[in-house]
Amino acid sequence: MLRVEGLGKRLGDFVMDDVSFEVSEGEYFVLLGASGTGKTVLLETLTGMLEADSGRILLGGRDITKERIQRRGLGLVFQNQALFPHMTAGKNVAYGLAGRGMDKRQVELRVLELSEEMEISGLLGRMPPTLSGGEAQRVALARALATGPECLLLDEPLSSLDTGARSRMRALLRKLNRKNMTVIHVTHDYEEAISLGTRIGIMEGGRIAQVDTPEKIFMHPRSEFVARFVGIRNFFRGGIRRNAGTGQVFFESAPMTFSVTTDLDSGPGTAVIRSEDVIVSTLPPQTSARNVFECTIRDICRTRLGTEIVMDAGQELAALVTPDSVESLGLVIGGRVYASIKATAIKVLEE
Amino acid sequence: MDFAEVEGQSMNLKRTGTAHLVFMVFGGLVLLFIIAPLAGMFLNLSPARLLNTAREPEVSGSIWLTLATSMGATVIFAVLSIPFAYILARREFPFKQLVNGIVDLPIVIPHSAAGIALLGVISPDSLVGSAAERIGIHFMGGAAGIMVAMAFVSVPFLVNAARDGFAAVPLQLEKAALNLGASPLRVFLTISVPVAWRSILSGLVLMWARGMSEFGAVIVIAYHPMITPVLLYERFGAFGLKYAKPVSALFIAICLVFFFVLRVVAGRKQDAQG
Repeated sequence: MLRVEGLGKRLGDFVMDDVSFEVSEGEYFVLLGASGTGKTVLLETLTGMLEADSGRILLGGRDITKERIQRRGLGLVFQNQALFPHMTAGKNVAYGLAGRGMDKRQVELRVLELSEEMEISGLLGRMPPTLSGGEAQRVALARALATGPECLLLDEPLSSLDTGARSRMRALLRKLNRKNMTVIHVTHDYEEAISLGTRIGIMEGGRIAQVDTPEKIFMHPRSEFVARFVGIRNFFRGGIRRNAGTGQVFFESAPMTFSVTTDLDSGPGTAVIRSEDVIVSTLPPQTSARNVFECTIRDICRTRLGTEIVMDAGQELAALVTPDSVESLGLVIGGRVYASIKATAIKVLEE
Repeated sequence: MDFAEVEGQSMNLKRTGTAHLVFMVFGGLVLLFIIAPLAGMFLNLSPARLLNTAREPEVSGSIWLTLATSMGATVIFAVLSIPFAYILARREFPFKQLVNGIVDLPIVIPHSAAGIALLGVISPDSLVGSAAERIGIHFMGGAAGIMVAMAFVSVPFLVNAARDGFAAVPLQLEKAALNLGASPLRVFLTISVPVAWRSILSGLVLMWARGMSEFGAVIVIAYHPMITPVLLYERFGAFGLKYAKPVSALFIAICLVFFFVLRVVAGRKQDAQG
């Protein structure tokens, strides 16, 4: 639906170079990268606020590379919302509806419909400075949706929100996406990327280093950079199960079951574990760690950060240890070991 | 800066009392220098006398003429200057600093000289002047000429205030509006101007007030019809201080009202930004 071909832009010292990716209709595409990697430049080039030096942008087969900003059909939600401070929330939402051949009543209806969807019905009369971060973000989202964009671009939509507002916004974004809205979401937070993205593009130094599903990105990073940036080697899709009787929470990803700590309710999710948090021992450990798995060593490889032990515990599990411990424990490929993980070291993300 | 540091600073201020006391006395003298002549105008001047002066047709006529011409000049030039200020704030172009300097020129040249320079352009034997005569606009000795003179010396205040106001409008607001499908003209009218409105308004008030008080440039172009500053000068020259004083007091009072409005507007702007 949106196809970007070899997009390039030079801005002072910063160079965005040969960015290509494709987003299909109804997809939730996350661009993940540290700050200064060109995510915002890419968004501004897509929306036409910056003019591309090279490359093409195709939206539904239409070449919009040279199209004027106001005719691109891409809705942008800014990181700081950029609500018009002199207009009520309702007027903000209605702003893009002017000059579209709608009468006053139709505009009103559309605003009401959107505000219901974005849960801002009670806020329409308020001025932007009086809104909380989450409220302002929902108003900004409604405003961008009002014009009926073909694709929604979100610049760090969750980073300025507190925890409660963040999970509410995540739920809203998911709901939108389920209604077949194509979304491109820019973030520096891998948790957001896993929890929302159907596919993830990793940005590095003005380029796209890898585009893949979350599973592939985290379990099979194509480059050292991607591996280090995402920092997560152990990635399990599965489900959260609460034991109402004991209050214990489990994460099940057959054939493995993890004891975890999370506030999330039962439901599908992803568990991620940093390889540094997986402890390897040759004898059954007597520790407080709630999760102990007996496994076979599949591979031992040295990386810049240490030695990675790749184990088979029913699913692949990686641990990062020092070269010393490989020697002192006598770890060899094919050997039997125990991997233990503290419940608190497992991060569970909802889906 | 932590609290202890702030407290330390204010204590230092108290300890360096002698030097600062002298500075404060200097400040008092400067204030007195400004206030005393103005206050002096109103002392020894009965309200009845002031009212009688206001009733003189020549005086009230000149005051209305001054208010109307300065407002007319402001409105006409606002249409040209506000979009111009927007371009100065938003676009980069060659010789921009030179253009900014040209805008400030009227502030630094003597106003009587400005009037003489303007004459060269608008007198009936000049190109512009003769063209204007043909469509019935008489610059020399007419309200149009007064407005031209007032605008020339006061327009920098509007351009500068509006430019600073536009520069302070977050660029993202304009980008957001464009992204929502608004044309650049609609963005200018519905986002940039309203958000920068306080600065623009204080620029307008400043331009109006400055135009109202203009004497040098106006008297060169139009001695008649008489605006109040010219009337004052004439009464002083012809009849002396006693006759010039009530008119001066009245006009100063009117100027003070506008100055007060300006301060209120500017003060509110600071509140909004803080």
